[in-house]
Amino acid sequence: MHWTSWQEFLTMRGYGLYVWGSFGACAAGMILEPLLLNQRWRSLQSRLPHEKDDV
Amino acid sequence: MMKPRHKRLVLIVAAVAVLGVAVMLVLNAFRSNLVFFYTPTQIVKGEAPKDHAFRIGGLVKAGSLRRKDIVAHFIVTDTVNETAVSYTGILPDLFKEGRGVVAEGKLENGQFTATEVLAKHDENYMPPEAKAAVDQAQRAAKTLQR
Amino acid sequence: MSNSVINWFKYASPSSFYPLAGRLIPYFSLAAVLLMALGLWLGLFVAPTDAQQSEGYRIIFVHVPASWMSMFIYCVMAFWSALGLAFNTRLSGMMTAALAPTGALFAFLSLWTGALWGKPMWGAWWVWDARLTSQLILFFLYLGFIALQSAIDDPRRADRAGALLALVGVVNVPIIYFSVQWWNTLHQGASVSLTKAPSMAHIMLLGMLIMALGFWAYTIAMALKRVRCIILERELTSEWIKRNALD
Repeated sequence: MHWTSWQEFLTMRGYGLYVWGSFGACAAGMILEPLLLNQRWRSLQSRLPHEKDDV
Repeated sequence: MMKPRHKRLVLIVAAVAVLGVAVMLVLNAFRSNLVFFYTPTQIVKGEAPKDHAFRIGGLVKAGSLRRKDIVAHFIVTDTVNETAVSYTGILPDLFKEGRGVVAEGKLENGQFTATEVLAKHDENYMPPEAKAAVDQAQRAAKTLQR
Repeated sequence: MSNSVINWFKYASPSSFYPLAGRLIPYFSLAAVLLMALGLWLGLFVAPTDAQQSEGYRIIFVHVPASWMSMFIYCVMAFWSALGLAFNTRLSGMMTAALAPTGALFAFLSLWTGALWGKPMWGAWWVWDARLTSQLILFFLYLGFIALQSAIDDPRRADRAGALLALVGVVNVPIIYFSVQWWNTLHQGASVSLTKAPSMAHIMLLGMLIMALGFWAYTIAMALKRVRCIILERELTSEWIKRNALD
């Protein structure tokens, strides 16, 4: 591992804003999408004609 | 709440607007921006616009960078022809002699006055040690040629 | 008809694809999480610094996979669209619609991370060069596709209209890919291509490829999950759902 301190890792030697801005946006998008999909899925389940037996 | 028909209308208008913007961007790109920059050779041949601003691209000639206060003078070369460039302002991080550069501005009497300087980097990614080894190998190859 | 043809068409019907997709989702989700964790670890902790761009180059580990996926997903959408127009299968329209939002997300992330990379390295968030402009058009094509589909109530007609847009728009993908060769662009050429050895240190390349595989698995998981939603929404009244309810 080539980082000498957490400080250096977090600031990315001056590129922290750009690097974390990129990784952060990707993380946000790729966490939000499955959450929204799950919500859509659950709301669909509640609209289905329920037959309790095989859930 | 909007009626479904109104909602549909809004969506169709939005779709048309989005596609319109896309087509406009394409046309705009094809009109002037497909040639993002001109090389010094194209300038010598007279292919670059003479009456309005354009971009020049090439390598910053090694040893050509001089700074007077905040004015930077350097030479852009495509290894065949050269153009002298002056620029007032802060140069980007990757601006270095021997590296790629794209500058926007106007050409007057062979002197290019830039209003914006962008660094153009290459597609090579390697750690500093590897870079040093490559540079050394290239220098060795050059000395052998002489 | 031979047996294999029947089996192939079996999964082209939404009612039999629905449970298959449900079984596959956990595997692709797990693969996505593991591959991305490995890719992030390689990209952020193992890969060395870059000689030219210092630590700023690490954006490559999300920028390139997102850009690749945004182009690839559009090609897959065009493939399903062609299939749908040719054979009039219901599933292909559903698959096309299921892929579009994820493709739009990746196209946006490609532009966003590119802007954050361009500012410190080139000196500009955005330039109108051929590569960046054609990628922006790809993003608008995704938005246009989604808007067009949601504007038409009848699903079959929405599918056909979307398929046409996907097929027309796919010409933009090779334009994006070759833009850096065809025109003078500020964007550099490809570091990884089929025609030459990659111009990247091995560990950097490995981290990037593993991230790309992770994005791939993520896309498949999302598309399968969304296609299940679409199947339910469209066939809420159809017989087989009433029979089987949920699984």
